[in-house]
Amino acid sequence: MTLAAFTRRLAGASFIALAAIGLAAPAGAAEELNALVWCDHSDPNLLKPFEEANGAKVNVKEFEGTGAGLAIVEQSKPGDWDVMVIDSIDVRRGVDRGLFEPLPEDKLPLADLFPEVKMDAATMFGGKRYGITEKFGYNTVGYNKAKVDAADMQSLAVLTGDKYKGRIAIYDYYLPVIGMAAMAIGKKTADLTEADLPAIRDVLFKMKANAKAVTDVVASQTALATGEADILVGGGEWVTAGIAKENPDLDFSIPKEGAVLWSQSLAMFKDSKKKDLALKFIQYVLSPEGQARLATSSCYWGMPANTKASLSDDQKRILRFAEQPDFLKRAQGYPAPSEALDKKMQDLWTEMIQAK
Amino acid sequence: MSLSAVRAGWASITPALAWTLLFFVAPFLVMAVISLHPQEAGGFSAANYTQFFANPSYWRALTNSLEVTLLVTAVSIVLAYPFAWILATLVPERWQRLALMLAVLPFWTSYVVRSYSWLLVLAEKGIVNDTLIRLGLLAEPAQIANTRLATIIGFSHFFVMLLTLTIYANLKQLSPNYRKAAADLGAGPVRAFLHVVLPLTLPGIMVGAFLTFVLAIGDYITPQILGGNNELLMPQLIMMQIGRRGDFPLASALSIILMVVVSIAYVACARWLKIERA
Repeated sequence: MTLAAFTRRLAGASFIALAAIGLAAPAGAAEELNALVWCDHSDPNLLKPFEEANGAKVNVKEFEGTGAGLAIVEQSKPGDWDVMVIDSIDVRRGVDRGLFEPLPEDKLPLADLFPEVKMDAATMFGGKRYGITEKFGYNTVGYNKAKVDAADMQSLAVLTGDKYKGRIAIYDYYLPVIGMAAMAIGKKTADLTEADLPAIRDVLFKMKANAKAVTDVVASQTALATGEADILVGGGEWVTAGIAKENPDLDFSIPKEGAVLWSQSLAMFKDSKKKDLALKFIQYVLSPEGQARLATSSCYWGMPANTKASLSDDQKRILRFAEQPDFLKRAQGYPAPSEALDKKMQDLWTEMIQAK
Repeated sequence: MSLSAVRAGWASITPALAWTLLFFVAPFLVMAVISLHPQEAGGFSAANYTQFFANPSYWRALTNSLEVTLLVTAVSIVLAYPFAWILATLVPERWQRLALMLAVLPFWTSYVVRSYSWLLVLAEKGIVNDTLIRLGLLAEPAQIANTRLATIIGFSHFFVMLLTLTIYANLKQLSPNYRKAAADLGAGPVRAFLHVVLPLTLPGIMVGAFLTFVLAIGDYITPQILGGNNELLMPQLIMMQIGRRGDFPLASALSIILMVVVSIAYVACARWLKIERA
């Protein structure tokens, strides 16, 4: 076959293929929403009702860590992404990069949210809201109540004492665990400075000496579920609630020193070409139905930000819904360090892991 | 060589060359440039590299990686060689293909699934501890999961298969006449093996060892799942820079350092890394 003949055949085959694709596509193809999310948003049980109600398809891409998420955005074309799930304390990082669109407060159920998790200081800039909290929980002490004395779990001192040496796992995320270490020595997470790091280092090293492993999300659940560890530093409802039915002995405490409040927000991209659909998605996730589905997502459970979430009594019991006002009163936010302090905190974390 | 032959030669290597330039050299250069732009300080400097050598925790990640990788390579060679030898010399010819397929069967399972399976096997309530306790060899469960030992076991399981393949291929190329000639000259089986067979199968060992070194030192999954994060290896340290802080310049610098280590390993092994027999 000559090159010209080959080219003609290739062109012909391509035309036929394109025509076939064109014919196969429905006349009113579903609108697509591209969402950069955490794993709890990939649950079909959450997405399906929205897709069916709006005749839309939600394409999700999961990421872990704000840095990784923002890198994906920076490597994409403007308009590729419509919505993003982000740590509430990191909404500022997206705003600073000019990525996010202000959200219309009058079209969001802000009045129904737990007041403590609205976190206006972290999500509002120049009088405009760029992120809305959708889910929250606590980095605190997760434990197996059949293996440990629940009374011991009411103080962070138990994590640095000898009683449970070798039966502890530490959640591998430096910000909340450094926050817990700070609370253990009476510091406020919001006021941390570089001068506090030596004292925090001592606490972290004592925790590490007691720990069997420093575990990521999946390994944390596995460690508690398999009995490899009886206590998880940084654990909370996000690790115990989802497997509560199989392991009813798994629980969490809010110690007398308090706990670190984690919170995730939804934001809309400024360059989204489907802002109406993006807003509908945010409204759906914040609705009572969406909130219940998000709170009980197969990846991990967490408290819905909306007080009116349509959770069953059993789900509310597992999430300890009724105790939230007290928990929230005693919780402190994630440390929100400057770039330089953040780097020092991460280096401290590296030093702790490498400690023999 | 004629001009047309030279042109034909260039034409035949151009696709591979273009592929290498586009997908290896160019990204590598981009990464090198990025590594010289520190995230916080900005500008153009070697701060990310000096930071690596000044911070003992970072430096330790490299020594941890080297210790684990060298141990894995050594253990894998020691286990794979007799296995390949049995396959190539003791298993009847007609069963060799099936035996080889069974030997590499674990290759067919997902790497992540295999690592999590090992985690369960090595856990306190896993089959290993359970068996040792039932046999009376242990009074209480030993911590195997979430340790360096678990990482080495997980790695070795994978790389023994790889080394078995390269050593087996080398042994099959080796004519039995070498051993016969050695025997004719008065060498016993051990001497014939040490002075004839082993040197001639060194390329197979070194190819497998080099691949094991390269793949193990750059692997993130196995130490992350099985090591319990009780120590950091270089890939974990690199990932840590990206996760929350998105510090790609430092991650790039650490990656370049890792590549330099791999290049040194290549230079050290280069004389044996050849497919053809001398």
